[in-house]
Amino acid sequence: MRLVRTDIRPTVPCKPRDPGWTYTCCLMKTLAATQETAVKRIVAELKHRPGPLLEILHAIQDTLGCVPEAVVAPVAEGLNLSRAEVHGVITFYHHFRRAPAGAHTVSLCQAEACRSMGAVALAEHARRRLGVDFHQTTPDGRFTLEPIYCLGNCACSPAAMIDGRLHGRLTPERFDEIIAAQAKSS
Amino acid sequence: MSTVYVPRDAGAQSLGADEVARAIAAEAKRRALPLTLVRNGSRGHYALEPLVEVVTPAGRVAYGPVTPADVPALFEAGFLEGQAHALAHGLTEEIPWFKGQQRLTFARVGIVDPASVADYIRQGGYAGLTRALAMDGAAVVAAILESGLRGRGGAAFPTGIKWKTVHDAPGGQKYVTCNADEGDSGTFADRMLMEGDPLSLIEGMTIAGIAVGATQGYIYLRAEYPHAHRALNTAIAAAYQAGYLGADVAGSGRRFELEVRLGAGAYICGEETSMLESLEGRRGEVRVRPPLPAIKGLFGRPTIVNNVITLATVPWILAHGAKAYADYGTGKSRGTLPIQLAGNIKNGGLVERAFGLSLRELLYDYGGGSATGRPIRTVQIGGPLGAYVPASQFDVAVDYEALSAIGALLGHGGIVAFDDTVDMARMARYAMEFCALESCGKCTPCRIGSTRGVEVIDQILAGIEGERNLHLLEELCETMVQGSLCGLGGMAPFPVQSALKYFREDFRAPPKQAQ
Ligand SMILES: Cc1cc2nc3c(=O)[nH]c(=O)nc-3n(C[C@H](O)[C@H](O)[C@H](O)COP(=O)(O)O)c2cc1C
Ligand code: SF4
Ligand code: FES
Repeated sequence: MRLVRTDIRPTVPCKPRDPGWTYTCCLMKTLAATQETAVKRIVAELKHRPGPLLEILHAIQDTLGCVPEAVVAPVAEGLNLSRAEVHGVITFYHHFRRAPAGAHTVSLCQAEACRSMGAVALAEHARRRLGVDFHQTTPDGRFTLEPIYCLGNCACSPAAMIDGRLHGRLTPERFDEIIAAQAKSS
Repeated sequence: MSTVYVPRDAGAQSLGADEVARAIAAEAKRRALPLTLVRNGSRGHYALEPLVEVVTPAGRVAYGPVTPADVPALFEAGFLEGQAHALAHGLTEEIPWFKGQQRLTFARVGIVDPASVADYIRQGGYAGLTRALAMDGAAVVAAILESGLRGRGGAAFPTGIKWKTVHDAPGGQKYVTCNADEGDSGTFADRMLMEGDPLSLIEGMTIAGIAVGATQGYIYLRAEYPHAHRALNTAIAAAYQAGYLGADVAGSGRRFELEVRLGAGAYICGEETSMLESLEGRRGEVRVRPPLPAIKGLFGRPTIVNNVITLATVPWILAHGAKAYADYGTGKSRGTLPIQLAGNIKNGGLVERAFGLSLRELLYDYGGGSATGRPIRTVQIGGPLGAYVPASQFDVAVDYEALSAIGALLGHGGIVAFDDTVDMARMARYAMEFCALESCGKCTPCRIGSTRGVEVIDQILAGIEGERNLHLLEELCETMVQGSLCGLGGMAPFPVQSALKYFREDFRAPPKQAQ
């Protein structure tokens, strides 16, 4: 369950440039007209709330699937901030993506409690199974693999969040089952 | 009609609770049995999750861990009447894990319907607010002070003193903010409470607002907790609907508004001034103190910043009296502590008891030893900034003073167990790596020192100048402790120093493979 509006996802063809690396389109400097309208609407709707920038960035990511460089200008303009300020906020937070993720996002917990139950070995297995490293997307655009630091499921370690669904007591076998099921669903 | 409880708690869901709930609903339909299915929080005994409970005249009867495949057999065995089955545990209250607990903050978690104000009130909810509305603000603050409640987010500062500062600050806009960033590995009490009994947090914040004269509250919730986000928003909407939030709280003529704001995956935003920066929509860079947030906090106004557990404990204190709360605990650690048993532990979960239990009782009586069946070599208490405690010290009491006497800290009450296969040099490396990843960048010792720390440990493990690098690592830790503005850089060395102190043998290059 991802909160991405598919109707206004990047209209520019999303061709991965290098195998195993992320899409390139959102690194472009321009937004499609529909995206620009969406961003402007979000800014107009939320700008009067106290301390609105994070709220706006969340809304943009939920709508576009990421927070591309090209939104910096309209957001800065709408809030009367400098571009550097907006850029600084986007890059400070791990949650905001600069480019869209694959169809499925696999976040493996790598924090202490999960480490005590084999999270490092599980990550090794996931890298092999998907053929990508952390922060990368499979060449077919299906899976993005990411580390995450605690999902609050530390009594059921190792834990992972896959497309918004939390998993506990994961094993390599169970991981493969979930991935196979997800691959079928898309 | 039978009533069946299946948790909606994220942890229970991670073990298949949704599938179990669906299977139960489908099987009841197939058998044409009328059934009320309530999605509650978790009781906190994760070895038994998904834990299904059935209401019987004698009380709730527990079955677990249930899989969807077990469901037809449960119906066959008559579980709707609480009949015997291989997965039955009798009355939930009588299960030894729960029986000895002293649940005050968690009294309703796993019991109440988290989405229902009516059920909340039936279970004693809003009694604290009713009391508070009949008192003046100063008296409410005095009650919190008298209870001895200390902040459960980590710093253990007396909550009453913080509230008094905000109360006494000159009028105008004030804020109540809840720190729900729960970033520490090994902790999930905030999550369980927000999912299982969100109204107690909402009530606690409302009481705080009314006591100090704040009309606006914010819950700063980490983005990693989508389940808690939904549970909070549902409960906040229900509280508005029932007139417990808004312009006229419970008909008192007092205003209190509340909303959830999402973080964005930065551990440092759990530090209170960083959290305030983030709430204002900026980079989460730590502020220099003074001024204290209680004097100049959110948008420059007097602000209460408290942890979820701190605030959710307030209704109990108001409802039952400050003295009743202070009667629990030892020394300066008053009341109860929701402890989280995590990591390599057989019976992980939430244990709420008065302060003073020994670590050994927690790990073995409640925890049942390691999950892997191997000896527990060490535990890390208090998250990624907490020290590692070796097995030789497991008799220490789990309270603020006793732990600090052995150079450890309680933090948010998470205990992560490791068996004897753990490589402590790797864990020390991870502590430095995490600090480097999460540093807000303001101080050099934290930002650069942690990266250097990773490199130095790598050199040690590669067998390069072992002794000299160990010495360098110790100096680096000292520099970070002395030269950092906040607890991230200032405490990240604690796990490293404790690993060096108790497990130095791990900091050695692996012996060369024979050719
Ligand atoms: C690096 C760092 C991270 C912190 N993370 C949290 C957190 O996730 N949740 C929390 O309640 N307090 C956290 N704290 C403690 C807060 O700064 C603050 O003391 C606390 O929220 C105050 O609430 P309390 O008095 O109710 O504990 C953190 C502190 C530091 C230095
Ligand atoms: S110690 Fe680290 S996280 Fe804390 S203020 Fe300094 S740089 Fe920021
Ligand atoms: S450490 Fe992995 S879920 Fe908490």
